[in-house]
Amino acid sequence: MTALLSIRGLTKRFGATEVLKGVDLDVNQGEVVSIIGASGSGKTTLLRCVNLLEDFDGGEIHLDGISIGYAVKNGARRRLRERECARQRAMTGMVFQSFNLFPHLTAIGNVMLGLVKVRHMSRHDARDRAQSWLGRVGLADRGDFMPAQLSGGQQQRVAIARALAMDPKLVLLDEITSALDPELVGEVLATIKALAKDGTTMLIVTHEMRFARDVSHRTVFMDRGLIAEQGASADLFRQPRTPRLAEFLGTANL
Amino acid sequence: MEGFLHELWIARWALGQGLLLTIAISAASILFGTILGLLVGVALAYGSWPLRWLMRVYVDAVRGTPVLVLIFACFYLLAFAGINFTAVESGLFALTIFCGAHMGEIIRGALQSIPPAQIDAGRAIGLTFHRILIYVLLPQAFRQILPVWINTGAELVKSSSLLAIIGTAELLFRTQEIVGRNFMTLEFYGLCGALYFLVNFCIERLGKAAGRRFALQ
Repeated sequence: MTALLSIRGLTKRFGATEVLKGVDLDVNQGEVVSIIGASGSGKTTLLRCVNLLEDFDGGEIHLDGISIGYAVKNGARRRLRERECARQRAMTGMVFQSFNLFPHLTAIGNVMLGLVKVRHMSRHDARDRAQSWLGRVGLADRGDFMPAQLSGGQQQRVAIARALAMDPKLVLLDEITSALDPELVGEVLATIKALAKDGTTMLIVTHEMRFARDVSHRTVFMDRGLIAEQGASADLFRQPRTPRLAEFLGTANL
Repeated sequence: MEGFLHELWIARWALGQGLLLTIAISAASILFGTILGLLVGVALAYGSWPLRWLMRVYVDAVRGTPVLVLIFACFYLLAFAGINFTAVESGLFALTIFCGAHMGEIIRGALQSIPPAQIDAGRAIGLTFHRILIYVLLPQAFRQILPVWINTGAELVKSSSLLAIIGTAELLFRTQEIVGRNFMTLEFYGLCGALYFLVNFCIERLGKAAGRRFALQ
């Protein structure tokens, strides 16, 4: 079985700093994979490359068999056009640490924008679909609220609905609970657990070790731009094989 | 007082036409200037460097020049270039150039104050950049610039009085003609000032109402 997402030899540098030094990673259909690691290990950059929010310097990313961001022909790589990149970005959904809701649109308007402008749904159908997704994240009665009128946890759940309503093949979650007050973390994680149960393929960057262990099938530990260790979440957290991961988990206090 | 009312009755059409032209030129230059400013602002914020550089030269040159000089420059340079504009047309042209530069700078500032994460969020749902601009960035920028935009409108109404010098028959020019006939300097310049104030007062009121309507709570 070929993986839904396949990353090979991914490299990325910001100026003189090499952030990703040749990352290989596969994510299968229906799988939930967590990426953990210290700040600066390249987790978020990896996620942003998959959604083409960052260019990458070397390597290839394939999603559902399609080469993402670059066309490779006879060893030469060419950046795809903006329009093509936009189409590819719509194949993945992304939820951000700082929610990034559109402040000038209502909650339901946030969810509808992509449906109407990218998926070309009628406003009526888009509204129905957006409403049903708001319902699934427990915000059926908040559709007409502006983002500023919602709590952080509610805003993040709207952002999840906005990403999921687009029916992406793969969902990327970038430290989605890091900006939330502790008492609001639970409601967001519960939403993600429900999605995992429904078979949504997710790649999750997180600092919530317990969440990574309980929700994801597999956990990947990144260290200084490389994948240092990966394995089934239950095993990896119980028995880290590398001293680096043991040290990291030691400081993370599960 | 009776003399003034009598003269006012005689001058009513001239004053009315002047006022109408002042309003028309101001409105048209705000409209065209805002369209121009939108293009300039977007180019300044997101354009390639040669385009940004070109726009920066335009904006800084115009903003560093007195409006009166700009009006003369347009009037004589256009004629020199063989373009035959009437006084109204060349005045409108000058004010549009003036407004475009100011609006360009204002719109650039507003666009650049929007967190870049908003662009990421738009990209993440598959919007192309020009759609992000239309549906995400400009609506947010618009709410920010509204008060400054209204201000620029009032500024243009006042600046349009300078067009009297190149013979545009707007409110001040008409007033000068009337005063030249009846020598009631104080009364008619006072009235002229009051009319300018009235127009700008209405603009300000409109702006306040619009600000409340579009505010992000």
